[in-house]
Amino acid sequence: MFLAIKGLSLMIDVGLGHYLTLGAIIFTIGIVGIFLNRKNIIVILMSIELILLAVNINLVAFSIFLNDITGQIFTLFILTVAAAEAAIGLAIIVVYYRNSSSIDVEKINSLKG
Amino acid sequence: MLAHAIFFYIFSLIAIVSAIMVTVSKNTVHSVFFLILDFISISCLFIMIGAEFLGMIMLIIYVGAVAVLFLFVVMMLNVAQQKNQWFSARESSKHLPVGLIISTIIFFELIIVIGGWKYKPDLVSSMSLNIDSSISNTHAIGYVLYTDYIHIFQLSGMILLVAMIGAIVLTFRKRSGVKKQSYFSQISREKTDGVELIDVPSNQGVKSDD
Repeated sequence: MFLAIKGLSLMIDVGLGHYLTLGAIIFTIGIVGIFLNRKNIIVILMSIELILLAVNINLVAFSIFLNDITGQIFTLFILTVAAAEAAIGLAIIVVYYRNSSSIDVEKINSLKG
Repeated sequence: MLAHAIFFYIFSLIAIVSAIMVTVSKNTVHSVFFLILDFISISCLFIMIGAEFLGMIMLIIYVGAVAVLFLFVVMMLNVAQQKNQWFSARESSKHLPVGLIISTIIFFELIIVIGGWKYKPDLVSSMSLNIDSSISNTHAIGYVLYTDYIHIFQLSGMILLVAMIGAIVLTFRKRSGVKKQSYFSQISREKTDGVELIDVPSNQGVKSDD
């Protein structure tokens, strides 16, 4: 009974650990997405976006709960880098699709030698 | 406090479920839609926690630009019907166990880090830039971004410029066989370039196609 009440209060009292756990879960889902996906390279790019999102969650949570604005500044820069990375990655995918008319991950092995 | 907890659990549950659906969805367009849902719920969390500026910026950049870019490329390349069959492909079963093991290890490492961080309470005292609670979040970011972090800010502008030029250079192509107007060569055309005077011998004619 006491443990249940303590657990409930731990659940209701949302703190830094909750946000960090959410970030960890989304980060892991992103990594699983990269490993799992053997078919479509666009989904791999989306998994990378998920990983960057998890990092952003961690930075913002630390920034709020430690009362320091630096985390939010760096989240802005990560956002910039994520946008640039998405643009370049999608441009590479478009060029590759134009040359080989397929973006199947298993067929992209021309660098294998 | 209770309402905050309820909203946190609702938004984070939506975020986690949609993140899972991004990776396992069979249709790529559905993956992009779930990515948009994920971004929106995380930006709701940001707004709820007190980082309003980042929540709104995330809506504008991620949902408005990046996800639309993804959707555009998916629809343009016609890979929406290319099924995402990770569970039935033969080659994926080779990588799947290793990937799952590594992901589980990474997850537990992160959880251990979060758990161990709680027992280090003197981290808070080393902070320098405190958030002034009398001004809004956007004010606080603006005060710091254009003074202390101005060089990194301009460097991020350079990154965006390089990304823009790179994307244009990558996707630009000169097509052969397309007729274009070239004003200079059209105007500077002389009579000697276009017209040729030939003495036609009688009873023999002229071949015109050489």
